[in-house]
Amino acid sequence: MSRSTIDLWVGIFTAIGIASLLFLALKVGNLSSANLSNTYTLEARFDNIGGLKARGPVKSAGVLVGRIAEITFDPENYDAVVTMQIDGRYHFSRDTIAAIYTAGLLGEQYVGLTTGADETMYKAGDTIRQTQSAVVLEQLISQFLFSKAAEGEGTK
Amino acid sequence: MSHPATWLRRLGHGVIESVWRLGFAMRFLLAVLRFSGVVFSRPQLTAREIYFSGALSLLIISISGLFVGLVLGLQGFETLQRFGSTEVLGSLVALSLVRELGPVVAALLFAARAGSAITAEIGLMKTTEQLKAMDMMGVNPLARVVAPRFWGGVISMPLLAALFSAMGVLGGWLIGVVFIGVDDGAFWSQMQGSVDFRYDIVNGVIKSFVFGVAVSLIAVFEGYDSVSTAEGVSRAITRTVVTSALVILALDFVLTAFMFRGN
Repeated sequence: MSRSTIDLWVGIFTAIGIASLLFLALKVGNLSSANLSNTYTLEARFDNIGGLKARGPVKSAGVLVGRIAEITFDPENYDAVVTMQIDGRYHFSRDTIAAIYTAGLLGEQYVGLTTGADETMYKAGDTIRQTQSAVVLEQLISQFLFSKAAEGEGTK
Repeated sequence: MSHPATWLRRLGHGVIESVWRLGFAMRFLLAVLRFSGVVFSRPQLTAREIYFSGALSLLIISISGLFVGLVLGLQGFETLQRFGSTEVLGSLVALSLVRELGPVVAALLFAARAGSAITAEIGLMKTTEQLKAMDMMGVNPLARVVAPRFWGGVISMPLLAALFSAMGVLGGWLIGVVFIGVDDGAFWSQMQGSVDFRYDIVNGVIKSFVFGVAVSLIAVFEGYDSVSTAEGVSRAITRTVVTSALVILALDFVLTAFMFRGN
């Protein structure tokens, strides 16, 4: 078996292909920034999660501090249990409020953590006690409409 | 207008004929897989096919990828501008390419560029009775001719699709960042924030691998099954391109339905 010119071309082709895959993985994808290897879990219960999705971001002060691992429905309390993977470098005090916000007008929804002044910190597996549900646009609109209609009834 | 009975007869004939060919194609695939040991015992043969279907497709794939990326950059910017969210241009371009356009368009180009060539080669070998001659000499044409071409295509396809996506992202970057002036940092960070390695990139590679198997199988099968006349070979080539295109798009729908359920 000896080397031939075709081998050179096949080598060039394979190198270009693998280079593109690496480019996609490292520069386009989040493989390089996915350093959330050292994580711990926190849970939060919400009455309404709106459009929150698994794998969505968890932010504190706008900085990405974790990802949503799982969203389940609790059939006993009729609320949503959101399990979050939090970066091991960050810890949150026991009076942290977890709220669901929307990024921009049409953007994706995320969990925002607002810390308080408590000295003790949440440990792995804890459940965040203070939560604030997502704002559902339809509810706001219907409340507005009903209040307007009630006004109209009163003046008649 | 002919008699309805003739019509019906032709329809039934067509259905039975296609089911028959499908069954034969599946048996052909199994036979090719059985003689695939040649890929390891004589890698030179497969390397030659990777050169012909892969390395020679580099230019068309990278140029088409670049242009698709340029168009996505322009169209995406035009639409996103209305919502005042041009910084997500990066994620739009990257997601459309990695999930859909990369695997699908690269496979369509591959079918037209390499699939047709494989069919023509095998069809002509059959017409000139080279396959029969090989069989006479105790050389199995499935192992010597068909299996290397099949595996050459299967190996080349994911690499070409990755190249297509990468060139497309560069094209989108060129239009968005260099010409229009979207912020460079926002372009890449939005992209990295929304493109997941496992969910988007690996699924894209799996897609292109499936397309590679389908296109290569169709190409070698149509060549092997062609009628041994000049017209028969030309029909086989047409069928390769048409069937490949349909199968790629249909498979793409099925795979997308499985992979991206939007939860």
